Amino acid sequence: MMCALIRSVLGVFGAGLAASVLAGNPAPADPGASPFGRRDSARRAELLNMVRQDCGSCHGLTMKGGLGPPLLPETLSGKDREGLAFTVLYGRPGTPMPPWRDYVTEPEARWIVDQLLKGLPDGH
Amino acid sequence: MGTSRMLLAVLAGTVAGCATPGELRGTGDLGVVIERAAGRVQVVDTSSRKSLGTVEGLGDLSHASAVFSRDGRYAYVFGRDGGLTKVDLLGRRIAKRVVQAGNSIGGSISQDGRLVAAQNYEPGGVKVFDAETLELVADIPAAYGRAGKRSKVVGLADVPGNRFAYALFDAGEIWIADLSDPKQLRVKKFTGIGKEPYDGLITPDGRWYLAGLFGEDGLALVDTWNPDAGVRRVLDGYGRGQEKLPVYKMPHLRGWAIAGDLAFLPAVGRNEVLIADTQSWVEVGRVPVHGQPVFVMAQPDGRRVWVNFAFPKNDTVQVIDVPTRTVVQSLKPGKAVLHMEFTPRGEAVWISARDDDRVLIYDTASFVQIGALPADKPSGIFFTSRAWRIGM
Repeated sequence: MMCALIRSVLGVFGAGLAASVLAGNPAPADPGASPFGRRDSARRAELLNMVRQDCGSCHGLTMKGGLGPPLLPETLSGKDREGLAFTVLYGRPGTPMPPWRDYVTEPEARWIVDQLLKGLPDGH
Repeated sequence: MGTSRMLLAVLAGTVAGCATPGELRGTGDLGVVIERAAGRVQVVDTSSRKSLGTVEGLGDLSHASAVFSRDGRYAYVFGRDGGLTKVDLLGRRIAKRVVQAGNSIGGSISQDGRLVAAQNYEPGGVKVFDAETLELVADIPAAYGRAGKRSKVVGLADVPGNRFAYALFDAGEIWIADLSDPKQLRVKKFTGIGKEPYDGLITPDGRWYLAGLFGEDGLALVDTWNPDAGVRRVLDGYGRGQEKLPVYKMPHLRGWAIAGDLAFLPAVGRNEVLIADTQSWVEVGRVPVHGQPVFVMAQPDGRRVWVNFAFPKNDTVQVIDVPTRTVVQSLKPGKAVLHMEFTPRGEAVWISARDDDRVLIYDTASFVQIGALPADKPSGIFFTSRAWRIGM
C-alpha cells in the first residue's frame, strides 16, 4: 500500500521532474528532431541494437515484455514522452529498471522513446 | 555420360560429403545454438566442431532455452513468444510446435522424460505437456494472494519424483508441483520466501532448490528431501548494507553452479561471485570479478568456474580456479558474450558472442581458442548431455 502510494507520487512527480530536468538542457528546437547528424547512422544502428538486444533482455526482443513491461506503441501511447525519457535515463527505483544515463545522452533517450512510440523498425 | 547424369553424380557426391539429415549416427555430441533474432537454431556437432544445419520457424527466441529428450534426439526449445518447439536434431526439422502462452521464459523436463514443463510470464504460471505429443497435461496458474493475481514464474527446475520446483517473481513464493500422477496434481507452496526471486536452481543431486532474490540480498533454500522443514534464507545480507549497482542483466542460476562441495553464485548488483558450502549453506568466501556475473558455470570436473558479465562488461569471460578461489584467466571472446556451454566432459567450452555473430570454442585446459562458427546473433548454446543431468 505504502509502496504503491510512493510509486504513484513518484510517477506524478517523476514526470514533472523529468520535464524540468530535461528542460535544463538545451533541447532540440523541434521536439521530434533527431539528435544525430545526417550521416550518423552508425550511432543510430548501435542504439537500435542496444534497445533490441540489451533492453530486450528484460522487455523482450520484440518489446512485447518479459520481466519488464512491454514497450510497444499501444502500451506506451498516452504516456508522457519526457517521463519515459526520464525513466530511460534515471531508471525506476524499487524496480529492476536501471539508469542508462552513462550510456545514452538525453537527446538519445528521447530519440529511443520516439522509436518505441512509433514501433521499432523491422530487422535484426 | 550425359550432362544430367554427370550433374546427378556431382550432386550425390556433394550430399555424401555433408552430414545429411537422417544419417545413421548418435546424438551424444550434438547440440543447438540459438540464433535469437532469426528465430532459428543451428544443430552443431561438438566432435567435428561444425554446424550440421539449421532449423527455422521457431518464433521469437529472445531468452530462449532448451532441454532434451532422454534419447538425445529431440530438443525442446522454449521461446519468448510462448512457442514450445520440439526439434528433431537428426532430421533437422520441427517435429512438433505449440504456442502455449503469450510470454514464456524457459522450461524443464521431468525425471522420467515424459513431461515437458514451460514457465510463463504471461499468463503467469506453469504448463505441463506430454513430451511425445506436446498435448497439454496440466495447467498450473501462478495465482497468489487473496485477489488471485498471477505472478511471473522463474527458476523452473526438475525435481526427482516427477516434480517441478519454481519461484514466483511477483509473489515471493516457491512452489513444488508433484506430477508423479498427473491426474492428481499436488502443489506445495512456500510463501514469504523473500522479495523478487529472479531465478532458481536444483543441485545436481536433485536435493536442494535455491531461489536467488533480486529485491533482497540473499537466497531462499528448500530441502526437497524434507520440504516440511520449510524455507531457509542463506547468504543473507551478502551486500552488507551497501547499495547495489544498477543491474543491466539479470543473473542466471542452474545446477552448473555447483563445483564439488561448493556453490558458486552470482552476487546481484555486485562485482563478485559468492561461494557457499553445500553442506552447511554458509558463505565460505567470495571472489572479486570483472563485472556483475550473469552465468557462473562450473566445468563438468568442478575444477574451474567460468563467468560472463552483464552489459557493459559483456566482452569478457573470467575463469576462477576452485581450489585457490582466485581468477586465473581473463578472456575477451568478443562483443556481447551471452552464454557458455561445456562439452559433455568439459575439454572445450563454446561461447556465444552475440554482437560479433560468432560462436567461439576454447580449450578449457590451455584457454586457447580452437574454433569458431558463424552464427546470427547467437545466444544460448545447449548440448544433449543436459538430457542426463538433473536440473538441466
